[in-house]
Amino acid sequence: MTAAARVRLRAEGLSLGYGENRVVEGLDLDVIDGTITAVIGPNGCGKSTLLRALGRLLAPQEGHVLLDGKRIDKTPTREVAKIVGVLPQTPVAPDGLTVGDLVARGRHPHQAWYRQWSADDEGAVSEALRMTGMLEFAERTLDQLSGGQRQRAWISMALAQGTDLLLLDEPTTYLDLAHQVDVLDLVQQLHDQAGRTVIMVLHDLNLAARYSDRLIAMRDGKIVAQGAPQDVLTEQLLSDVFDLDARVVPDPVAGTPLVVPIGSRHRVRVDSAAPADDTM
Amino acid sequence: MERSVTVATPSGSRRSPRSGVAPQQADATVRRRRRRLIGLLVLVLVLLASVLASIAIGSKPIALADVWHALATPTGTEDDIVIGSLRVPRTMLGLVVGISLGVAGALMQGHTRNPLADPGLLGVNQGAAFAIVLSIFMLRTDDIYTLVWFGFAGALVATVAVFALGSVGRGGPTPVTLALAGAAISALLYALTSALVLLDAQSLEAFRFWRSGSLAGRDPEIVLQVLPFLVAGLVLALVNSPGLNALSLGEDVARSLGQSVMLTRVVGIAAVTLLTGAAVSACGPIGFVGLVVPHMARAITGPDYRWLLPYSGLLGAIMLLVADVVGRVVARPGELQVGIMLALVGAPFFLVLVRRRRLVRL
Repeated sequence: MTAAARVRLRAEGLSLGYGENRVVEGLDLDVIDGTITAVIGPNGCGKSTLLRALGRLLAPQEGHVLLDGKRIDKTPTREVAKIVGVLPQTPVAPDGLTVGDLVARGRHPHQAWYRQWSADDEGAVSEALRMTGMLEFAERTLDQLSGGQRQRAWISMALAQGTDLLLLDEPTTYLDLAHQVDVLDLVQQLHDQAGRTVIMVLHDLNLAARYSDRLIAMRDGKIVAQGAPQDVLTEQLLSDVFDLDARVVPDPVAGTPLVVPIGSRHRVRVDSAAPADDTM
Repeated sequence: MERSVTVATPSGSRRSPRSGVAPQQADATVRRRRRRLIGLLVLVLVLLASVLASIAIGSKPIALADVWHALATPTGTEDDIVIGSLRVPRTMLGLVVGISLGVAGALMQGHTRNPLADPGLLGVNQGAAFAIVLSIFMLRTDDIYTLVWFGFAGALVATVAVFALGSVGRGGPTPVTLALAGAAISALLYALTSALVLLDAQSLEAFRFWRSGSLAGRDPEIVLQVLPFLVAGLVLALVNSPGLNALSLGEDVARSLGQSVMLTRVVGIAAVTLLTGAAVSACGPIGFVGLVVPHMARAITGPDYRWLLPYSGLLGAIMLLVADVVGRVVARPGELQVGIMLALVGAPFFLVLVRRRRLVRL
């Protein structure tokens, strides 16, 4: 990173929740320009809630979110929409919507009643479809696509929005491993080629380590550790955050941490180093 | 923004030098837009034909030449009087009410994400009914103008009450809480209306006439009375369509796209209330148009509300006018009320629609 590290998104003393139910308590966070950040943590630790607050979909109960140094809740939502794009975990679309129409709706913040559809819009939509490899599917409806293609279509929509920051909530949900890798390769490509700053919630720890510059580990609404994946993803942290007994070894392909869970079946044997002869 | 237009087609030409696929996509978009515009034109022509039919056909058939005579240079012949004082007002009423109900139905289904929603879902019809019965009971009036205003006020109050009740919960107004609040308030108003009607014979008489859902026998001036509200409702509906497009991708995506969810809902429901309230006060509750027409329109246009709303409006007017004309012909020399006609035609049609495709997800 040659340019000075610039904070794009900052959370200050953020407390989040739904009614009486506090999910996140007094959280501080900086997101640096041009990085990919992955948020990990057990179910219900508040990572999706945090992502929604960062994308101003949820109003904080205390504290606030700053976008480029300005309070995000004081900035007109349409202006924010030109800088931050958010993709929820399982977005819904009406029946019969084509991929092309879906992606075109990403241009919503750039349009007004006096400016409906411009060459800029056309260009951004074709470019988004091209980058995600969805051009040939533009005329298909979403229900004619496979899960992986559908996710690509939604990412195209967020891409056509033309925002510097992309917030993705579990973009690999319900996808098989090959398609998970496929989607994350796409995220990597958006970062490398299109210069997007990405914050995503991920469940798969190994993929999170692979595809992020920065990991944030959360538990019970607090950040337990953050930093480079090799610093964060340790056996101690897995035990602290996930209550998981695991070995962490270097990923033979990328060298990033690889989490190998132990599980009850192998706990004794690993401890006593007994030969495994009844593997089935 | 600037980084995302690396292969953007320059504004002058659609051909991109680098890829042969992008222009195809642009061409497909242009082709589809042209097809939709042509479809809109065809519907306008069909609507014009329906308007003519509605003026010419009735218990006393009138030749097209005489229709033209009556419209262009009326000289006070019997045909001229029938057309000028009966057929034209009735047709105009059907036209504006049909457009309103079609558009209101599409809006209501979009905002509630419910393919079985109709414009009366938020208590508009029962609100108007109760207010009309109450005004007959209290004021002892059967002056149609007074009743229209009371009906309209009742529709507004009922919708505001439903919206308020549906917004009490933590998540604000959601499709489900709105539908539940609508059902609850409608049931309450229906009970109150029934009680009043049972108590009082005069209310019953006037109410029975109003509630039959007919374009006939309404005062010609009524169209002009409700017209401003219908126009206002239509303008709000058109303003609402891009927002509704965003909202149909879910509330979170809509917010992320910079659309205020609350504002979109309020504008949409205001449009539905104006359109439906005016329509129901003018000619009583007319079912099926608001329910069936959006499905027909959606089959042609897909889920883009910028097209869906105009298509629904035109189809609504065509359906209402045709049903009214058919109702005049089938039971000669009497006639079937358009509300009954619509139910007779609309119900089987709707069954076919539901059976042919699984019910749409909105």
